[in-house]
Amino acid sequence: MKVLIVNGVVIDPSQDVEGVCDILIEGGRIKEVRKRKSAKTLKNRKAESPIAAAPDSEIIDATGMFVLPGLVDMHVHLREPGFEYKETIKTGTTAAVRGGITSVCCMPNTNPVNDNSSVTEFIRKRAMQEGACSVFPVGAITKGQKGEELAEFTMMYEAGCVAFSDDGRPVMDSLMMRRALEYSRVLGVPVISHCEDLSLSAGGVMNEGLLSATLGLKGVPSQAEEVIVARDVALAELTGGRLHVAHVSTARSVEIIRAAKKRGIADITAETCPHYFSITEEAVRDYDTNAKVNPPLRRKQDVEAVREGLRDGTIDVIATDHAPHHADEKEREFDFAPSGISGFETSIGLSMKLVDDGVLSLAKLVGKMAFCPSKIVGLSKGTLKTGSEADVTIVDTKKEYEVDTGKFVSKGRNSPFGSWMLHARPAVTICKGRVHKWK
Amino acid sequence: MSLKAKDLTGIKELDVEDIELILETAAGFKDVLGRDIKKVPALRGKTAVNLFYEPSTRTRTSFELAAKRLSTDVVNFSVSTSSVVKGESLRDTALTIQALGADLIIVRHPCSGAPHFLARYLDASVINAGDGTDEHPTQALLDLLTMREKRGAIKGLEVAIVGDILHSRVAKSNIYALSKLGAGVRLIGPPTLVPPFMEEVGATIFSDMDAGLEGADIIMMLRIQMERQGKGFFPTKEEYFKNWGLTARRLMRARKNAVVMHPGPMNRGVEIASDVADGQRSAILEQVTNGLAVRMAVLYLLSGVKQ
Repeated sequence: MKVLIVNGVVIDPSQDVEGVCDILIEGGRIKEVRKRKSAKTLKNRKAESPIAAAPDSEIIDATGMFVLPGLVDMHVHLREPGFEYKETIKTGTTAAVRGGITSVCCMPNTNPVNDNSSVTEFIRKRAMQEGACSVFPVGAITKGQKGEELAEFTMMYEAGCVAFSDDGRPVMDSLMMRRALEYSRVLGVPVISHCEDLSLSAGGVMNEGLLSATLGLKGVPSQAEEVIVARDVALAELTGGRLHVAHVSTARSVEIIRAAKKRGIADITAETCPHYFSITEEAVRDYDTNAKVNPPLRRKQDVEAVREGLRDGTIDVIATDHAPHHADEKEREFDFAPSGISGFETSIGLSMKLVDDGVLSLAKLVGKMAFCPSKIVGLSKGTLKTGSEADVTIVDTKKEYEVDTGKFVSKGRNSPFGSWMLHARPAVTICKGRVHKWK
Repeated sequence: MSLKAKDLTGIKELDVEDIELILETAAGFKDVLGRDIKKVPALRGKTAVNLFYEPSTRTRTSFELAAKRLSTDVVNFSVSTSSVVKGESLRDTALTIQALGADLIIVRHPCSGAPHFLARYLDASVINAGDGTDEHPTQALLDLLTMREKRGAIKGLEVAIVGDILHSRVAKSNIYALSKLGAGVRLIGPPTLVPPFMEEVGATIFSDMDAGLEGADIIMMLRIQMERQGKGFFPTKEEYFKNWGLTARRLMRARKNAVVMHPGPMNRGVEIASDVADGQRSAILEQVTNGLAVRMAVLYLLSGVKQ
């Protein structure tokens, strides 16, 4: 099966391509990317393409749209095994594809925890059978994510894990974190740190400040994140391990990472999520549990600092931290509702606002959503280079649409972005040559 | 006469006009409470439910009596704290109560925002009788009524609130109410229990109690929860009393006609000395009586009855 994408604006920062190109896909791989002289509406697309297509090619007209390497989301929760009522590998990956995401790295906080190769193998197998996109598991740092004993990094790596993290449960013991960063050097894979000092966050449910006091909700100070970011940076510099800081949410965290990168002693990368550069703690004012997330939504100055961190390269990656929950769990007292936002289907729409606002060029944005995360976890994804697997996302930015969480493909409708007006949305997502199209 | 909103979730949601209306109505009901026959038929046929997820004797009894004085049928529905997490969901419980035909639902809940949550789902009027560390609006209203009786206008009064501001819904509701009515608010207590961002709402913060009491018209003492002791908020109750306990000597710092208030139940010898609690300046028992009048007013006004 051959697919020819014609007349779209191709943005592929992995090979510095920006312009109107046609792309030929053959056998599930990128066969050719060739520039056109100028974009125009085509009458006879086949004939006018600079690439000679076979008669049986499927033609995709991308006129006026952006053609990007398939997006790579390095921080997601697919909930399977154990929490299939929230999401499954099938529904989660289908939602990812709807959001233009063709590769996901799924966090290990399943039940059982992905802390050994049999769970890793189960996830890989299930993804192979039912997954709509590529799935790369992240293994636990410690057994049961309990922070006590190192999990079997090498065995999980060989089974398909691409990174290690105790996401959701930080490794509170500094010596254990040191050991993890040291030991991970055997494999050269990153340790992804969910930075939260649990003794300082002490069961808080939103950002600490006037608003938390006003709502009577227990606050989590920014410092609960920052002290662990600072600790992990110090430990990365001590050990030479690769540290990836997950979901950066505060101004000071950005500063600490910026300074660490400037020193250049350790290999440190960082990510943030669309909600941390799009909305503030104000979103929880009406006790809206859909805006309850960990780390919590912060203040305006933090949102601005996160945007600046993206702009100046301190933050390398945009990931969704897609965290679907069942409606029954979210429709209750704020204190008792679980944390998390269903993020797959609004990610590109929210991220494109960074381009609208002049924070990032489109090429920079695509880099942070495809090639950079792919590089960090050692994949050959996020690129349209000839010979790579045909993962392509075609984004239509012309039609404004209203976010309808009720129509999410994900089982999780827990999003604070319901009824937001966005304008970027995938029209076509191609995973390993398989075409998914929407009107 | 009625309030603008269907529910009383907090002082935050009230405007000055609402507050004045409640206080005026309460003053009227206070006359009723002084009569020989203390019952009026104003809300005959209405049903109120006390939905309490936290143990409470005073507030629940006060609401129950207030409802009965207005000839409302009142039912007590107590839910043990343990079943909050694993039992029937709050939403299902509330819908069940509504299906039973309740007009007024008085809720106390350990989670902030629980009354707001209920108000969204129910047609019945929801009255917040204390939610987590958010608000306790009827307590603030009864405090206002007491201050007004004792000192006339609220505007221009200097009110010192002393103790665990961080966890006190009584303090929160009073801070909002007093700010709306133009009183000066001082918050006094250990820095571990007085969040600094309260200055952003216009309060002045003191850790030195003597300085904070200087020239105060009203001293509102808060109950110190014994479980805070030894959790790092303050070392011992003895040291707490030394720094923030209200004694006769300290009371001298305030104005001569300063009024001492406490929402109860008191810890004598921890936040307040017995001689002050029982002394001439104390309005603590009048607060209880005013609580009844204020709750009658709130039930009455939320029932939307035209006079």
